[in-house]
Amino acid sequence: MANISFTIKYWKQNGPKDKGHFDTHEMKNIPDDTSFLEMLDILNEELISAGKEPFVFDHDCREGICGMCSLYINGTPHGKTERGATTCQLYMRKFKDGDTITVEPWRSAGFPVIKDCMVDRTAFDKIIQAGGYTTVRTGQPQDANAILIPKADADEAMDCASCIGCGACVAACKNGSAMLFVSSKVSQLALLPQGKVEAARRAKNMIAKMDELGFGNCTNTRACEAVCPKCETISNIARLNREFIKAKLAD
Amino acid sequence: MSKTIDSRIPEGPVAEKWTNYKAHQKLVNPKNKRKLDIIVVGTGLAGASAAASLGEMGFHVLNFCIQDSPRRAHSIAAQGGINAAKNYQNDGDSVYRLFYDTVKGGDYRAREANVYRLAEVSNSIIDQCVAQGVPFAREYGGMLANRSFGGAQVSRTFYAKGQTGQQLLLGAYSALSCQVNAGTVKLYTRYEMLDVVLIDGRARGIIARNLITGEIERFAAHAVVIGTGGYGNAYFLSTNAMGCNCSAAIACYRKGAYFANPSYVQIHPTCIPVHGDKQSKLTLMSESLRNDGRIWVPKKLEDAKALQAGTKKGSQIPEEDRDYYLERRYPAFGNLVPRDVASRAAKERCDKGFGVNNTGLAVFLDFSEAIRDFGKDTIAARYGNLFDMYEEITDVSPYNEPMMIYPAIHYTMGGVWVDYELQTSVKGLFAIGECNFSDHGANRLGASALMQGLADGYFVLPYTIQNYLADQITVPRFSTSLPEFDQAEKDVKDRIARLMNIKGKSSVDSIHKKLGRIMWDYVGMGRTAEGLQKGIQMIKELRKEFYTDLFIPQLDGVNTELEKALRLEDFFLMGLLVAHDALTRNESCGGHFREEYQTEEGEAKRDDENYFYVGCWEYQGDDEKDPVLYKEPLVYEAIKVQTRNYKS
Repeated sequence: MANISFTIKYWKQNGPKDKGHFDTHEMKNIPDDTSFLEMLDILNEELISAGKEPFVFDHDCREGICGMCSLYINGTPHGKTERGATTCQLYMRKFKDGDTITVEPWRSAGFPVIKDCMVDRTAFDKIIQAGGYTTVRTGQPQDANAILIPKADADEAMDCASCIGCGACVAACKNGSAMLFVSSKVSQLALLPQGKVEAARRAKNMIAKMDELGFGNCTNTRACEAVCPKCETISNIARLNREFIKAKLAD
Repeated sequence: MSKTIDSRIPEGPVAEKWTNYKAHQKLVNPKNKRKLDIIVVGTGLAGASAAASLGEMGFHVLNFCIQDSPRRAHSIAAQGGINAAKNYQNDGDSVYRLFYDTVKGGDYRAREANVYRLAEVSNSIIDQCVAQGVPFAREYGGMLANRSFGGAQVSRTFYAKGQTGQQLLLGAYSALSCQVNAGTVKLYTRYEMLDVVLIDGRARGIIARNLITGEIERFAAHAVVIGTGGYGNAYFLSTNAMGCNCSAAIACYRKGAYFANPSYVQIHPTCIPVHGDKQSKLTLMSESLRNDGRIWVPKKLEDAKALQAGTKKGSQIPEEDRDYYLERRYPAFGNLVPRDVASRAAKERCDKGFGVNNTGLAVFLDFSEAIRDFGKDTIAARYGNLFDMYEEITDVSPYNEPMMIYPAIHYTMGGVWVDYELQTSVKGLFAIGECNFSDHGANRLGASALMQGLADGYFVLPYTIQNYLADQITVPRFSTSLPEFDQAEKDVKDRIARLMNIKGKSSVDSIHKKLGRIMWDYVGMGRTAEGLQKGIQMIKELRKEFYTDLFIPQLDGVNTELEKALRLEDFFLMGLLVAHDALTRNESCGGHFREEYQTEEGEAKRDDENYFYVGCWEYQGDDEKDPVLYKEPLVYEAIKVQTRNYKS
């Protein structure tokens, strides 16, 4: 274990209409087993004790599953973590003494800034509300083992279902596309017999909502899968496209 | 002074109570449902499943959460699994056995009738989730797979990798989203409930702060349901998410709802040990790891000293010098003893000097034998994501060196008191999920929290709340300009102004850390009367510091320091509740361990003659006044109360 010192440049923006700017702060002797978010806690303690406004960012579970954290660190969503990790699982041992660390919000038309690095991701909820479910009434289903599902299908559906809805895919995409997010949900349900009944409706409605909310198109740059903390792949997007075309042909 | 606490448990044998209740309860017809508004606070497993089910039934639901999306509630972080009495493994499981294990696991301090109902509806939960598209793990034949969890001798735990909570919550979230789309549920994200509004003694609305604009807003309804989780963050360091808080529950408590069994706090045995004073939270390693991992410390003190000094590694200590203390003390359950037992056993070894890391507060959880027996690939398939998470945090690979673990605050069995219908002592106010107290007694078994959250939300509350609402169909919608709302809003605004005007020097977190330290040292794993009294004094003194030295930046709109300050003020009251309850309960049971009350072998010594009751605490109108205790006697009809035995 060692301590490191570095400069942090962090984004300040007071609401969606404010232009925003970077503030900088010198961080001294930070233990390298501190997590990135704990380092930001220390930053805020120092800002508060100097009578300054704290830096606002979203965070919650701090174990990589809630999808709340949404920081662009040195040009990469969630920072350069090991593959399959979010900002809260990024540790200061990944940085060097004397570094300058830049922290920005997700920047995308679909995610307006609320304050500093806190952004509004309700668009994702709206997309799910448009069809990301099976319509099933509470308490009515048959026995869980009545429909057998091949292990391979269940495992693949599980991989698709691992998406945490953080929005890193949108932030990384030059088109601001939400296709990786949408396709992960569509894929999960398309792979399972329970989801097949509404598959066509789901694909059409979720894509229509995504377009309506101002997310861009997919041009296969694969920037999204490179930064996805849950390793969702663009084969989901291919599956979504198939589902969508099937649905359109059936019309 | 005494009050009769009526738990309103239905008549009849325990196995028939729920069926009888449902057959005779009052219902609300479809046309009338549309006239009734229900506020549900919280969107975790309990809140989301309740809001979705109530909306689907035809009620008009207003659903609140503090996160930016309902999908981020802390249920998302549950790793291991969810129990159900399906007996898919043909290993002799049944509703009765799940009921029995849960009551025994809870150290005979839960309500029998509630637990039986929980076990009874457990199977429907699995059916429901599969229909929603929850991708549970499956066998090659296509059937659902199961694993074992602590406190059971059958495999009844359903799981989705190490992300079961996530998948169940996304299932509930999708059901909720379906209802939002249908227009039956209206979502209010980034809203925090700060008070409950009573009209003529009934809950009729809430006051909430819009966390973006900072506005204080009013919401009215015919009934209020809170599903806002536990109070583990009173200890500052816990496995809870940073935003987890007990403010909604404390708001209800301040308005007259009893708080039950606050001393029952679960300390989870398998967490990554504390590493420094900058740490913000503790990370859980799923209990499922105890299926294949073996827990040990060195037999020899000199080995422990070498480990603490960093001159030796766990893998260098030969087999014969390892003390597999759980297997030694509890041969029948071994590494799968319930959490409270495993946590205390770890503390006992570390207190004797056998801890294995630089702080002396860690034990090993070792997979070397499992990797040897089953191969690295099999172990990676079972626990790969957990191993990766461990390595990410500690920089040590569990494939090469044993994991280091230590107990940490994880779950709170205590909570807002509710009757059989999940109604609090305030009419029209209901509590579901972790934030109520009802089903886990003094200790919760692994994979039972998800079960209880979803049982309450999908299958219990949507029925029982109708028994209340059936009388309310002629009550028109409430106006939020009634004087009761004026008063409640004024109280909230005054409270915020008071905190903002302290203008001291200490940040919220710096005070919260101090509170956490007091809670852990004096109200934690090993409690004594003397320590608890000291703890109470220290909490009260620290609270004075809070009221004189707190600093909150003067900001309109988003003000995260203000959010935390309001929560911390409630954690003080919560900490005192835990300490008072622990001090009154002169016995050891489940998660509550009083060092004065233990057997010669160091096991918890219960006192059924004097403490066979639910401790219900009543607020006395002022945070400075000590709460008053009432007792709900426990009545066991189906199960014989005995000493818990995991040895044979």
